[in-house]
Amino acid sequence: MKISPSKLISLLFFIFSGYYLYTAYQIQVFAFDENAPFNAKTFPIYLGFAGLVFSALYVILPETNPTDVDLKVLDYKKTIGLVILMILYGLTILRAGYFLSTSIFLVASYIILGERKWIWIFTLSFPFVAIFMYLLHGLLNIYLRDPFLKYLGIMG
Amino acid sequence: MIEGILIGLQTALSFKNLMMVMIGCFAGTIIGMLPGLGPMTAIALMIPITYGFDPSTGLILMAGVYYGAVFGGSTSSILINAPGVPGTVATSFDGYPMAQQGKAGKALAIAAYSSFAGGTISAIFLLIAAPSLSLISLSFRSPDYFGLMILGLTAVAAFSSKGNFLKAMMMVVLGLMLASVGQDTLSDIPRFTFNNMNLSDGISFVLVVMATFAMTEALTLIFKAKDPTKAAKDISLSQLGSIKLDKTETKKMVSTIPRSSVLGFIIGVLPGAGATIASFLAYGMERNFVNDEEKQKFGKGSVNGIAAPETANNAACSGSFVPLLTLGIPGSGTTAVMLGALLGFGIQPGPRLYQTNPEIFWSVIMSMYIGMVVLLILNLPLIPYIARVLATPRTFLIPLILFFSLTGVYLMSFNNFDIYMMIGIAVVATVLRLYNFPMPPLILAFVLGGLMEENLRRSLLISDGSWTFLWDRPLTLIIMLTIILIVGWQIYRSFFVKKQRM
Repeated sequence: MKISPSKLISLLFFIFSGYYLYTAYQIQVFAFDENAPFNAKTFPIYLGFAGLVFSALYVILPETNPTDVDLKVLDYKKTIGLVILMILYGLTILRAGYFLSTSIFLVASYIILGERKWIWIFTLSFPFVAIFMYLLHGLLNIYLRDPFLKYLGIMG
Repeated sequence: MIEGILIGLQTALSFKNLMMVMIGCFAGTIIGMLPGLGPMTAIALMIPITYGFDPSTGLILMAGVYYGAVFGGSTSSILINAPGVPGTVATSFDGYPMAQQGKAGKALAIAAYSSFAGGTISAIFLLIAAPSLSLISLSFRSPDYFGLMILGLTAVAAFSSKGNFLKAMMMVVLGLMLASVGQDTLSDIPRFTFNNMNLSDGISFVLVVMATFAMTEALTLIFKAKDPTKAAKDISLSQLGSIKLDKTETKKMVSTIPRSSVLGFIIGVLPGAGATIASFLAYGMERNFVNDEEKQKFGKGSVNGIAAPETANNAACSGSFVPLLTLGIPGSGTTAVMLGALLGFGIQPGPRLYQTNPEIFWSVIMSMYIGMVVLLILNLPLIPYIARVLATPRTFLIPLILFFSLTGVYLMSFNNFDIYMMIGIAVVATVLRLYNFPMPPLILAFVLGGLMEENLRRSLLISDGSWTFLWDRPLTLIIMLTIILIVGWQIYRSFFVKKQRM
């Protein structure tokens, strides 16, 4: 039996709604609130049921407007590359600081997407981030903790 | 009211706020011009920046960005036939053919003048309608609000679903589920936090908007290997022709603008409808109004064909502020983002905003108008230069969108947990969007989740757990019947109309 991707997503949503509903029932409420007409778990329980109903309907009923996506033309390599790069960015930002990690993130993403004009790659990374940081500090008073710049003695 | 208008004008015309309108319009035009990036993304990208400002200034900046993005969307529709937002698709029907005839400047001028006129007329409507509706909405009770929120969600789901109502409803439920994460507002009981401290305050609104719009847009562009700027390389962006209109063209516009403004404003006020439907309806209506000779020109560069949708989509933008400012319930995805931003400032929009924060209420309305003037005076003559943005290579464009999204979220919390969560939501949203699961219902539901639960809680407690509150008051009953009508129509359309076609 072949199942369409939209139905598969709906099936996953059905499972997710089931898990959400189960977790909603586990929410601990105060003893005096247990039999109240409305407590902390009432709304999530309704949502869990609503999720189950809508996803089940989509799975059961015939698809009236199916979405066709040609999976062969999708660019998985670059997309996954960028997602990994963003995760690495999240891993390094607290340790290396905003300036260094953001600039390197930009350089790496330009290269992943196929850019090879080095002057532009450089201009739109290190100096660009520096100007952006200056605007955040100078104009908006938003302080960005940066261990790297602190180490260099540029920031306090 | 006059006093309020003067307060609004005074606030909006201060040097700082005037600068913000200009910057907002300019930034909005640039972002809105990039195909795929619409007003929602433009506003979302601005939210972290606005938190450094006072509420009035922040909102004025966002209003400028909103109108700028709508104007930018029209520009890309006309110049490269790549509408940035669905609301400007109808503009491309006649705008692009006119541009191909070497009259791109003229098409842009018609769009700008029509937008300005539509915006002006609807701003006057808003000026009159908002305070009166605020007074009426004071009589609304919790069941009415609960009903109105369901109506808004159902309507947005119906209009944005493109025939997949169930998909849109799943997105509504997912948005509400995401909103339920964090401590319960009344009892402070943690829900779905899995003992993670980062989730105890719930998921940040900016994070969800950035992930589902800006980041998803960037990832989709790479995933589908699309180059939105490719078409711009084929045309000359510096030689757009004259922007002057002759007498006949002006005459045609003068007849089109009033009727399209009224239609656009009314459609904008309705929950869920918004600029897209307004522009298509206005285009269709205009075709029926003009004479046979003019009718033949539709689709080939008709003046009326550009003026009608442009007037209507701008009028609808102003109209969509009515439910937001008077009821505190956004009727569209874009105004949902605005509501999220307002809540971020600690302002609860609704009938009392008019009394408690008149300077915010009026300055937003006045700044919309000032935004229109800025667009006309500054952006129109600068279009040949701004249009060069269209030629920005995607190799730079996409990383910069990701950079602004990641920075925006990092600035809110200064931790990397939010970055991971944003990446996770963006990846899921990209897959969902690929299979036409619409995102605006998710955002609207996420923003309304807390308010909806609050009003349901009050209604159920007052009625002692009985669901009769849904039909006890005539107003609630009317709202519920409207919801049934929308759902019934969607079921009929999905199954019976399609079957007949088969």
